[in-house]
Amino acid sequence: MARVKLENVGLTYHTEAGEVTALRDVNLTVQDQEFVAIVGQSGCGKSTLLSLVSGLLKPTQGLVKIDGVTVQGTSKRVGYMLQQDYLFEWRTILDNALLGLEIGREKTQERVEEVKEMLKAYGLGGFEHYYPSQLSGGMRQRVALIRTLATKPDILLLDEPFSALDYQNRLSVGEEVVKILRERKKTVLMVTHDIPEAVSMANRVVVMTPRPGTIRSIHSIKMCDEGLTPLQTREVPEFRQYFGAIWKELNADAK
Amino acid sequence: MPNENYSAEHLAYLRSLRLKALLVRGTQLLLLVGIFVLWEVAASRGWINAFISSQPTRIWAAVVRLAKEGELWRHLGWTVYETVLGFSIGTAVGIAVAILLWWSAFFSKVMDPYIVVLNSVPKVALGPIFVVWLGTTITAVVAMAIAVSIIVAIMMMHTGFKEVDPNLIKLVRTFGGTKGQVLRKVIIPASVPTMIAALKVNVGLSLVGTIVGEFLASKAGLGYLIIYGGQVFNMSLVMASVLMLLVVSVILYYAVTLLEQRVMRGRA
Ligand SMILES: Nc1ncnc2c1ncn2[C@@H]1O[C@H](COP(=O)(O)OP(=O)(O)O)[C@@H](O)[C@H]1O
Ligand SMILES: [Mg+2]
Repeated sequence: MARVKLENVGLTYHTEAGEVTALRDVNLTVQDQEFVAIVGQSGCGKSTLLSLVSGLLKPTQGLVKIDGVTVQGTSKRVGYMLQQDYLFEWRTILDNALLGLEIGREKTQERVEEVKEMLKAYGLGGFEHYYPSQLSGGMRQRVALIRTLATKPDILLLDEPFSALDYQNRLSVGEEVVKILRERKKTVLMVTHDIPEAVSMANRVVVMTPRPGTIRSIHSIKMCDEGLTPLQTREVPEFRQYFGAIWKELNADAK
Repeated sequence: MPNENYSAEHLAYLRSLRLKALLVRGTQLLLLVGIFVLWEVAASRGWINAFISSQPTRIWAAVVRLAKEGELWRHLGWTVYETVLGFSIGTAVGIAVAILLWWSAFFSKVMDPYIVVLNSVPKVALGPIFVVWLGTTITAVVAMAIAVSIIVAIMMMHTGFKEVDPNLIKLVRTFGGTKGQVLRKVIIPASVPTMIAALKVNVGLSLVGTIVGEFLASKAGLGYLIIYGGQVFNMSLVMASVLMLLVVSVILYYAVTLLEQRVMRGRA
């Protein structure tokens, strides 16, 4: 079943300095519970694409649909995780995790309990009343994920979610996040410029051209379909082949 | 925090730090005492004219006399009352205007040149206007205190609002947050440190406004006392009032610092 569908989507930014066409002719379908990773050079419109799906931006061409309905604005069904955790330093961990519920006026006792359970389940029990500055990078990223999951979106948009972490943390946090998202049967669209990360986590990897960005090719990754975790995927021989093929395509554009 | 695990070397280092800090404090105190002693000696030996310069013992006598007559608290009270009133109104209105400027880019662009010009005008020049409009009343004094402090409050707060990380705003918008929610959940709480900084500047400015206001339009307060003392050539009274003014400004500043410590607790 198709959850997200982009039909001939294009987006042009207008500013005083001029106009920039960030995306053109993007056609992409994301199936239910699929994990799609998007790779491309910086500035090729990856973040723009996520903003379009989230409803923060409206396409200047084409249509973005979720479950067959054209996106008109932000929706509770879609959760968006930004490039950094952007935790509010003046809020406790619990209050940070509750931000989305507060904004959507859904902060009932029951939902609060659920969020507390999630914090416990993901290794943050006992940190509820700490402030973000007292946590490590990996823990902060988990809080950001819980904040996104708290509003129970079934589609998740992840914009380079691990780029602020060091290499060691990226691997372990990535492993956990994928486990969590699979358990909860989420549909995921993740942007990254890290090819190994994309190959290790996704069912399909979308390669984009430089600006104006459009889809160059799509690679189906069989390890994810077979249920391997990201760390396991990195161990199989085919991993290098996928990496090589995608790397070559990305570099074909680099001058 | 004392820690028994520190090495002897580290303990010696800490001791030398404490010693240095103590030395600075001691010298500061000595300087203050020195100035007063020199002043007193110079005046009583006739090196300087005590009628014009007054002297510490006479100033103290003036303070004691005022206290006995019950006048001290009345004048102090007025000045503190007017300053706190001007400061509170100036800050509250300043924050409200800054919110409007943040809310509407159009309004902010329209107001920009007016604010720049108003900021560069010496506000004390408006004093006589307030006196004509409002009479020699407490209202005129408070108006002066507000006039001196409000523009800076507006500018500091608006700049603070604009400097909030746009990604925090984007985050609220990803949850479908409205502009009002962005204001309440991000802009205001993120600007608390700026607000404290503005309060610190404003408490001093409001005091300036109050004193100038009392110069022009008052029958009470330290500003009135200074002008009165000057008119009757009672320099001890003038100096005593100035010293009390110093004490008031330190206390008000300290109050804001206490507030800061309360509010900033737990923050990074
Ligand atoms: N708000 C904006 N206004 C104008 N141009 C923008 C804006 N946001 C992004 N762009 C431009 O659009 C292009 C794509 O940006 P982005 O989607 O952030 O790329 P990526 O996430 O792949 O690095 C870039 O060239 C960028 O400069
Ligand atoms: Mg980006």
